[in-house]
Amino acid sequence: MRAAVIVFPGSNCDTDMFHAVKDFTEAEVVEFVPHTAKSVAAYDAIFIPGGFSYGDYLRTGAIARFAPVMKSVSEEAAKGKTIVGVCNGFQILQEAGLLPGAMKRNKDLKFICRTVNLKVENKKTRFTSSYDQGDVLRIPVAHGEGNFECDEKTYSQLQQKGQIVFTYVDDVNGSKGQIAGVQNEAGNVLGMMPHPERAMEAWLGSEDGRKLFTSVYRNWRESNVVTN
Amino acid sequence: MLLQTEPSPSTIKEEKIYQEMGVKDHEYERIVELIGREPNYTEIGMFSVLWSEHCSYKHSKPLLRQFPVDGPHVLQGPGEGAGVVDIGDEQAVVFKVESHNHPSAVEPYQGAATGVGGILRDVFSMGARPIALLNSLRFGPLDTPRVRYLFEEVVAGIAGYGNCVGVPTVGGEVQFDRSYDGNPLVNAMCVGLIDHKNLQKGVAAGVGNTVMYVGASTGRDGIHGATFASEELNEESQAKRPSVQVGDPFTEKRVLEACLELVQLESLVGIQDMGAAGLTSSSAEMASKAGSGINMNLNHVPQREKNMTPYEMMLSESQERMLLVVKKGHEAEIEAICEKWDLDYASIGEVTDDRNLTLYFDGEVVADVPVTSLTDDAPVYEVTSTEPASFKENQAKHWQPEAISDYNETLRDLLRRPTIASKEWVYDQYDHMVQTNTVVVPGSDAAVLRIRGTKKALAMTMDGNSRYIKLDPENGGKLAVAEAARNIVCSGAKPLALTDCLNYGSPEQPNIYWQMKESTKGMSEACRTLSTPVISGNVSLYNETSGEAIYPTPIIGMVGLIEDTDHITTQQAKAEGDVVYVLGEGSEHFGGSELQLMQDDDLSGIVPKIDLELEGKRQEQVLTAIQAGIVQSAHDLAEGGLAVALAEKVMGTEFGLKVTLSKNTETLFSEAPSRYVFTVKATDVKQFEALIPEAVAVGTVTADTHITIEDENGQPFVNESTEELTRIWKGAIPCLLKSKA
Repeated sequence: MRAAVIVFPGSNCDTDMFHAVKDFTEAEVVEFVPHTAKSVAAYDAIFIPGGFSYGDYLRTGAIARFAPVMKSVSEEAAKGKTIVGVCNGFQILQEAGLLPGAMKRNKDLKFICRTVNLKVENKKTRFTSSYDQGDVLRIPVAHGEGNFECDEKTYSQLQQKGQIVFTYVDDVNGSKGQIAGVQNEAGNVLGMMPHPERAMEAWLGSEDGRKLFTSVYRNWRESNVVTN
Repeated sequence: MLLQTEPSPSTIKEEKIYQEMGVKDHEYERIVELIGREPNYTEIGMFSVLWSEHCSYKHSKPLLRQFPVDGPHVLQGPGEGAGVVDIGDEQAVVFKVESHNHPSAVEPYQGAATGVGGILRDVFSMGARPIALLNSLRFGPLDTPRVRYLFEEVVAGIAGYGNCVGVPTVGGEVQFDRSYDGNPLVNAMCVGLIDHKNLQKGVAAGVGNTVMYVGASTGRDGIHGATFASEELNEESQAKRPSVQVGDPFTEKRVLEACLELVQLESLVGIQDMGAAGLTSSSAEMASKAGSGINMNLNHVPQREKNMTPYEMMLSESQERMLLVVKKGHEAEIEAICEKWDLDYASIGEVTDDRNLTLYFDGEVVADVPVTSLTDDAPVYEVTSTEPASFKENQAKHWQPEAISDYNETLRDLLRRPTIASKEWVYDQYDHMVQTNTVVVPGSDAAVLRIRGTKKALAMTMDGNSRYIKLDPENGGKLAVAEAARNIVCSGAKPLALTDCLNYGSPEQPNIYWQMKESTKGMSEACRTLSTPVISGNVSLYNETSGEAIYPTPIIGMVGLIEDTDHITTQQAKAEGDVVYVLGEGSEHFGGSELQLMQDDDLSGIVPKIDLELEGKRQEQVLTAIQAGIVQSAHDLAEGGLAVALAEKVMGTEFGLKVTLSKNTETLFSEAPSRYVFTVKATDVKQFEALIPEAVAVGTVTADTHITIEDENGQPFVNESTEELTRIWKGAIPCLLKSKA
C-alpha cells in the first residue's frame, strides 16, 4: 500500500498520522504530500490529518478545500480510493462535498480535548473491519467545531445505508445522533472527529485506534491480491 | 508628511515629552550624554523601550546576579532567547517562561494568546522544536463578572493560540486570590527539543552580512507595549488596549516550520524573535552580542499599514516576526524557504563594524545611536529595601486554626476551594495530546512527555505559592523552588534546571523591593542546594492596580529528565491492597495555608520553615525508590495538606483508601514542606522501607471507593465516597463560573 498524508498550511497532526500509518501498518510507502501537489493518483490510501488548515479562518476546512491538491483528491475518491479525514481532515472533506453534513461549534462553545468512548456502529466497512460490531473504543477528541449537523433526510439516509461508522457513547459536543464518524455512500471515504492516530500506544493512554489503520491496510491488501 | 508632525529634539527636551514614554529626567540626561546630542523622536522612543524595566531589568539586575546559572549540563544560561540543558545523545532541552500580565489585564484573550506566541518564538528561534507549553495563572476570586471574564478569556486565548500552532499545552497551575483582582498573572512557559548541532544564537556577526526580516508584516499594534508592561495599571489602562498586540497563530505555525528549516542552513548567522520592543530590541541586541553595528533601511520593512513612521516601525510589537542575519550572497536560500511557507521577507540592512544602530528612511538618516547605549547603558538602580513592620508581627504571631468538629466537612470545603479544585475545566480546552508524546496528561504533579526514539522522557511543571512569600519571602522563595522540584521527582525525574518568572509590584516601593530581595535570596539558596540552576527567566514588575500591589509571585518552571520511561510515575493509586505510606511530618504553623484563608479570609502568622538539606535528601531517597521500580504512585503534599493529597490519590479512579492517622488539624491539613504520599505493592514493602526508612505505613488502597480515615482507636473520623468528593472537586470551578453573583 502506498499512503499519502496531505499537509496543508496549518495542519498539525500530520506527523502523528504519518507515524500511525508508518509504524503500525505494513504500508510500503508513506509520504507527506504538500497542498500544492497536483496529483495523488500514485497513492492507494490518502490521509487528511487534523490541525488548523489556513488557521481555520473563515470556516473550518473552507479554504483548504480550494487547495490545488483537493481536485486530485476528489478524482481519486470518485475512483474508489481509500480516503480518511480526521478532525480538520473531516471538515475539509465535508467542505469539498465528499462527505455529508456540516460542523457547528461544540454545544458549550468551547474547545474540548479529552479521551472519549466511541462506539463502532458499522464494522462492515474498509475502515472498521478489524473491530467488532458495537466495540467501545477509547479515543481522544480535540476540536472546537465537531458538532455534526445534517437535515433529517440526510440523517435517515446515513442510518439506512450504514454510513454512520462511529458514534459517541456520551453526548460530547451536541452532534446529531451523537455521530462521530461517517463514510460516504460508496464506502471509500471516511471522516471522523476523534483522533485514532493519537490512540496507538497503550502507555500513551490507549491503543484502540490501531485497528482502524490495520483495517485499511488489510482491505487494501485483500482487494489488491484479488485484482492481481 | 507625518515626520514633520513629530516633535523636534529641542521640543522633546523642553516639553519633557520623554516623560510620556516612561523616561525619567535623569535618564534623559544620561541619554543626551551617551549620544552627545539631544535625541530625536525616533531615538528617544527606542531608548524608552529598551530602557524600560521589561527590557533592561534596571531594578532587578542586582537580584538576578544572585542566581546560580551554571552547571555541567547547562549549554546556554540566561541572555539568549531561552536556556538550554544537555540531556545526552547530542540532544538538549530548551525552555523559558514569559509573562503577559499587563496585556491580559486589559485584553485577556489577545494578551494571553500573544504571550504564548512570544514564548514559542523564544524557543524556536534557538533552533528547537517546541514540544510543550505550560502556564501559570493567577486571578482574583471568581465572584465578580470581571474576574470570570478575565479567567474565561485568558484560558480561551491560550487555547486558541497553542491549539492552532499544534504544540500541546500539557501542564500548569491556576490560583485565585483577592490580590490579583485587577491584575491577573499570565505566565507562559515553552519547552523545546533540539539536536546540539542546530543550536542558534541571536548574533549579528560578520561585517557586510545581510539583515533579513521574516514573518508577518509590521503594523501599528503594540507600540510601547514594553513601556506599558513597566508601569502600574490604573483607570486609564483600558485606554491602552492598542498597546496589546493581536496574535495570528496560523502565521506563527508557518514561521515556526520555516525557522526550523532555516536553522539547517550553513548561511544563517543569527536569528532572534522580534518580541518586546520589536525591531528595536532584536536589532540592537543582536548587534550588541556580536560587538557589531547594524544599518537598516526602514523603507524595506514589510508594512501592513500606510504611512508608517520610523518611530512606529521601530516600536511596533506586531507579532510573528523574526530578524535574521545571513551570510552575504546567500539571501536566496532564505527567500526560497520563506516562499515555501508563504511568508513575507525582506533584506532590510547589513552588519557594520561601527557599533552603531543607524536607520535610514526616505534616503535620510533618522536614527544613529551606539548599540551599547541602548542595550548596556541603561541605569541600574540599587533601590532602598525596607522590611515592612508586618513581617515581624507575623513572625511573632502564632495563628491557630479553629477547632474542627467535622473533618468530612472541612475536607469537602477544601476540595471546593478554587485553588485546590480540579482544573479540568481549564485543561479540557487545551490540546494536550497533539504530537502524541504526552505520557502523563494534566492533573498529576508534573506532565511527562516521551522523547521519541529514545528510552528517555521529560517531566515539567510550574509552581509558586505567593501566600507563603507574602508572609515570609525568603522562606517562601525556598519553598517555591523545592515544591517544583518535588513535583518533578514524584514523576520519576531528576530535576535539571529551572526558569523563573518574577512577578511583583513596583520595585520603587521599598517594601516591595524587600520582598523581591528576600524571596530571590531564598530561591537562589534553594537552587544551589537542590542543584537546579536558573537558565532563563523573565521579570514582571509594576503589577499594581490603583496603588495595590499583587502578592509577590515568583513562579518556577522546572524540567526534569527521566532516564528510562519505566520510571514514569503518577500520583493516582494503582491497585487494591497496595500499602499507603506518608513521608514527612506536619507543622503547628498554618500561616499562608489554604485552611487559614478558608477560616480567616486573611493571611497571618508563621509559614512552616523548610530545611533544604532535608528536602534534598528526601528527593534523592524518593527518586532512588522510584528508579528501583517499587513505587506504584507518588504525590507531594501541597495546598490543603495530607487530607487533600490522599483524596487526590483516588479521586477519578475506581479505588478508595483506608488509613489510620492521628485525629488532629496538624496531621490532616498542615502544609509543611518535604512531605509525600506513596502507594507501594505489598510485596515491595520491605525494599521500600529499606530505601525510605522514615516513611510510615498508614493504610491500604481499597476497592470500595471510599476514603476512610480512622484514629488510633479505630474510630473513623473521615468517611466519604470518592465519587462524591470527585463531584465536588471537579464541579467547583464550573459551578463558580455559572453563578451570576
